Amino acid sequence: MLIFDLSRPGRRAAAQSVGPALAPDDLPAELLRQAPPPLPEVSELDAVRHYTRLSQRNFSIDTHFYPLGSCTMKYNPRACNAVALLPQFAARHPLADADTGQGLLACLYELQEMLKAVTGMAGVSLAPMAGAQGEFAGVAMIRAYHHARGDRARSEIIVPDAAHGTNPATAMMCGYSVREIPTDRDGNVDLDALRAAVGPHTAGLMLTNPSTLGVFEQRIVEIQAIVHEAGGLTYYDGANLNAILGRVRPGDMGFDVIHMNLHKTFSTPHGGGGPGAGPVGVSERLLPYLPVPIVVEESGYYRLVGEEERPQSIGRLSAFGGNMGVLLRAWTYARMLGREGMRQVADYAALNANYLAAELKRAGFDLAYPERRASHEFIVTLKRLKEATGVTAMDFAKRLLDYGFHAPTTYFPLLVPECLLIEPTETESKATLDAFVAAMIKVREEAMREPQLVKTAPHNLPVRRLDDVRAARELDLVWRGQSS
Amino acid sequence: MNIPPDLRYTKTHEWVRLETDGTVSVGITDHAQDLLGDMVFVENPTVGRQLRQNEECAVVESVKAASDVYAPVAGEVVAVNDELESAPERLNQDPYGSWMFRLRPDDPAALDGLLDAAAYRALIEAEGH
Repeated sequence: MLIFDLSRPGRRAAAQSVGPALAPDDLPAELLRQAPPPLPEVSELDAVRHYTRLSQRNFSIDTHFYPLGSCTMKYNPRACNAVALLPQFAARHPLADADTGQGLLACLYELQEMLKAVTGMAGVSLAPMAGAQGEFAGVAMIRAYHHARGDRARSEIIVPDAAHGTNPATAMMCGYSVREIPTDRDGNVDLDALRAAVGPHTAGLMLTNPSTLGVFEQRIVEIQAIVHEAGGLTYYDGANLNAILGRVRPGDMGFDVIHMNLHKTFSTPHGGGGPGAGPVGVSERLLPYLPVPIVVEESGYYRLVGEEERPQSIGRLSAFGGNMGVLLRAWTYARMLGREGMRQVADYAALNANYLAAELKRAGFDLAYPERRASHEFIVTLKRLKEATGVTAMDFAKRLLDYGFHAPTTYFPLLVPECLLIEPTETESKATLDAFVAAMIKVREEAMREPQLVKTAPHNLPVRRLDDVRAARELDLVWRGQSS
Repeated sequence: MNIPPDLRYTKTHEWVRLETDGTVSVGITDHAQDLLGDMVFVENPTVGRQLRQNEECAVVESVKAASDVYAPVAGEVVAVNDELESAPERLNQDPYGSWMFRLRPDDPAALDGLLDAAAYRALIEAEGH
């Protein structure tokens, strides 16, 4: 039921009422509406019940274990929200003077410094408003660097086949062609293929480490040497930064540019498409190209610096300075944890992943990379189960919903057949992990005994199996005035 | 796994059939459609486009992923199967009966460089590790 279906003429919510409308007498008459827009007319109680009910139908971090691999769905501390919602922050106009916003600018400056410290990069810009925008800014800086040196022959970005789909997409958006290189049996980049791929056409390599296979790239130093000797730059996709936070720094691994997903590693909320934040960090040689604005501190005074003072910058990514509410949450998170807490994030994320992997292996599940220690996530392949019962990874995932667990990531990375990519994160207790293992065992038993039950799951949720083929082909998000 | 013996194959999971008029039909293999799952969109190249060998020239999108389709040999696109635009599920139902596009090869002998059924079977068995 949509809120439009609850509408009754004349019903009002006092809390939402606005003052008398001002006559828009400065607009031409032909542009004015003749009738009010068809908005739902409901009471305050109708609205509260409707949205509360909808929220209860959701799977969310606040209600369920959410082991969605590669997404780092961890608890979002309430303290971070409390800070971001302070009216001194939330009500500030983005064009207000630096003089009246020293507190906000100090937080942003400190966040830049903390991100520099934890990643080992020489400079950080908070401007990108999403992970994808951070990637775009990162590759745009690689391009700006080569062009500034008069090197326009570099036309190619190398991407391992285990990469996030966003990496090739970003390279294409920045005008590069993409060369894919394979992964070896242990989940490392195939070095021979990399050596064969680099040359004077190589602009850079985009790498996620630990990779989406949930393993740490063991020959990172050799990879850096191969790409750098060919004149290319290296890009660190921060998707899995949570696994190494405070332990290993991308800057020390030799990366030239990095983006961070604050909604993953720094525990800001994952939204339905936003708001996000994807700060970028760079090595010394890319400093001039950082997107603006950047916060600088001079004798205790903070201010934003733009294009005038940074003429080689790749420019702005939005009208203002980034998603302040998200940046403030990340600042609070980092401040609460401190240096020692950051290390513990990675320690417990790795411990939880390895515990879960070991328990599932002990229960007879197949790990995709059994020889490797999990970094912070790992892959189970249900290939044998599918061959024996016809139950697919998707069916299995849907049945887990019935047991109150959000499904792990399915069918990613595509390299591994019938896979579940599982990332518990550091915020889950052993009891939760054990309950998840029990549910995995239960669903497997059901698949063996009564495959149809699993193939038609979910059974206990507000909706049954959704028709994702039709949803993709006939996507329709517009209310057309009648209930369905 | 259905791998008809009379077709040629690529490492990127296209099948290729030499037609009597000297053109070749190209589609995706049973293995490819099985891995990708239910198809939701097919984007074919435009007729008349000149393709290099291994050039990305079409896209198939399933509920799991969007994947590029590559030109198995160099040549000109002489026809595309428009039916797939409205019925992409045909690629799942009948992968070898559902050609995507037809090429006129620049060099008919280039087909000899493609995999035969036995070599393709060995390839997917090796990939399945």
